[in-house]
Amino acid sequence: MAEHTQKQKQAPSRTEETIEDLPVGAQQGEKLKAELDDLLDEIDEVLETNAEDFVKSYVQKGGE
Amino acid sequence: MAIAKVCGIETEYGIQVRGAESNPVAASSALINAYVSGTLRNIDWDFGHERPGTDARGFSYPDSFAPEIEMQLVNAVLTNGARYYVDHAHPEVSTPECLTALEVVRFDRAAEEIVRASMTAAKRLLNDGSEIVTYKNNSDGKGNSYGCHENYLVDRATPFARIVSQITPHFVSRQVFCGAGKVGSELAGTSSSAVPYQISQRADFFEEEVGLETTLKRPIVNTRDEPHCDPQKYRRLHVIVGDANMSEVATYLKVGTTAIVLAMIEDDMIGSELTLANPVSAIRQISQDPSLTTTVALRDGTRMTAIELQWAVLERARKYERSHGLACVGDDVAVDLLARWETVLAGLESDRNSVAHWVDWVAKQRLVDGFADRHHLHPGDAKLKAIDLQYHDMRADRCLATRVGLETLISEHDALTAMTEPPETTRAYFRGKCLQRWPGEIVAANWDSMVFDVGREPLRRVPMLEPLRGTAKLVGALFDECTTAAELLARLDA
Repeated sequence: MAEHTQKQKQAPSRTEETIEDLPVGAQQGEKLKAELDDLLDEIDEVLETNAEDFVKSYVQKGGE
Repeated sequence: MAIAKVCGIETEYGIQVRGAESNPVAASSALINAYVSGTLRNIDWDFGHERPGTDARGFSYPDSFAPEIEMQLVNAVLTNGARYYVDHAHPEVSTPECLTALEVVRFDRAAEEIVRASMTAAKRLLNDGSEIVTYKNNSDGKGNSYGCHENYLVDRATPFARIVSQITPHFVSRQVFCGAGKVGSELAGTSSSAVPYQISQRADFFEEEVGLETTLKRPIVNTRDEPHCDPQKYRRLHVIVGDANMSEVATYLKVGTTAIVLAMIEDDMIGSELTLANPVSAIRQISQDPSLTTTVALRDGTRMTAIELQWAVLERARKYERSHGLACVGDDVAVDLLARWETVLAGLESDRNSVAHWVDWVAKQRLVDGFADRHHLHPGDAKLKAIDLQYHDMRADRCLATRVGLETLISEHDALTAMTEPPETTRAYFRGKCLQRWPGEIVAANWDSMVFDVGREPLRRVPMLEPLRGTAKLVGALFDECTTAAELLARLDA
């Protein structure tokens, strides 16, 4: 994660003004992707082990 | 000028027993009893004035009763002014009456903490390894839905037909920021490849534009006319079209924008240009298109996306703010609401990831899509449905919503305090304080009255027909000065 950030930070200083926005956007995108990756790692751990049974057994009566 | 938009929210939680056989009614009772028996003397709900069969359009169904009357289910009034009870086969918490959307969020958060505390207490009582688990969602994914209803105080003088026609475009399009997201569709004949993901939990279940039903043929505008306050002066608009939100900002925007739109309707400041040609198909089309590009037809023939509809409503709200002010929805809260309303629409339009910390369906979709990519899953895979379900799981160690970085508006301390302390700015203050001080003398309570038994005299009913009386400002001193319920009643008589 730190490596990604490093690479992206260098980009704007050596590019033309017109494309300065792109690396910043890409940096944000990388950050989001890294966050999502961490989150998905966590989901792998937290998700019910037998998803099929878990989903199938969740039956509710209508309410209201 | 529009009257104060006193509001509240009632949430039915999905319920499941893990590790033992049980039926949902018994489980709901056990859950609530576990909480109530550990915290307060059980005060019965008083059904004397309940009239759920009365229709706002002017007729009534004499055979409909609150179902609890027949079934004698658990029904408690809490010291924060809320009601905690079994409704059909679900535990339900109704927040106390609140003066602003931010207060509603605070008491909705308190309700979540009450439900979590109930789960912990029930597990301890069951003591056999089994567990009662609840879900703050609106559907089991198999065609069964349960509600999260909002309530707003409306001036009785406002023609009901105007409310119906002018609130509908907002109800159809507000899901873009307050939809909770759903994997798949529960409409008959709709495959998971046709609708792998949709914006709203509830859109599949709406079949009518307007009506009294809440459990079948659900209408976008519900006509239940049961004001729980002075019926000559007020109505309570009972809103059944929303999703239960895990995101505090989503609840805040849902309630806050709706309160503003209702104030505009009361002051006749919204107009009928946004009237939709077919609201029922529009609410589904919008829900089924997370790209947000679908357009729906207006009655005048033009077509708009849900975001464009929302921009049009917001523009009118800005104009209303300038011409009338927003005191009736809480000035400071309203300023913040309008700013966030604009931010969320701009974010959804340009880069929806920028509002993933506010909008449940966006946050959930990132998880579902990311997980499907990582594990090469097809739409309809049980794991994706499990993610959907667990997003709303009330177990701290299983809940996914608490892991996605949603912005919070309410501190944990404030949420915990609101479990037992009532709001100060509505009649809920009087209800809650009486229950805190004299639980032994109160035999029954409901939204618009309390019944005391102070010994010698017959039972005394104290009417509370004005939602803005009984506030800390108006009666706070009474609670300081009275040591007994009898003294309080004598002071109220004087």
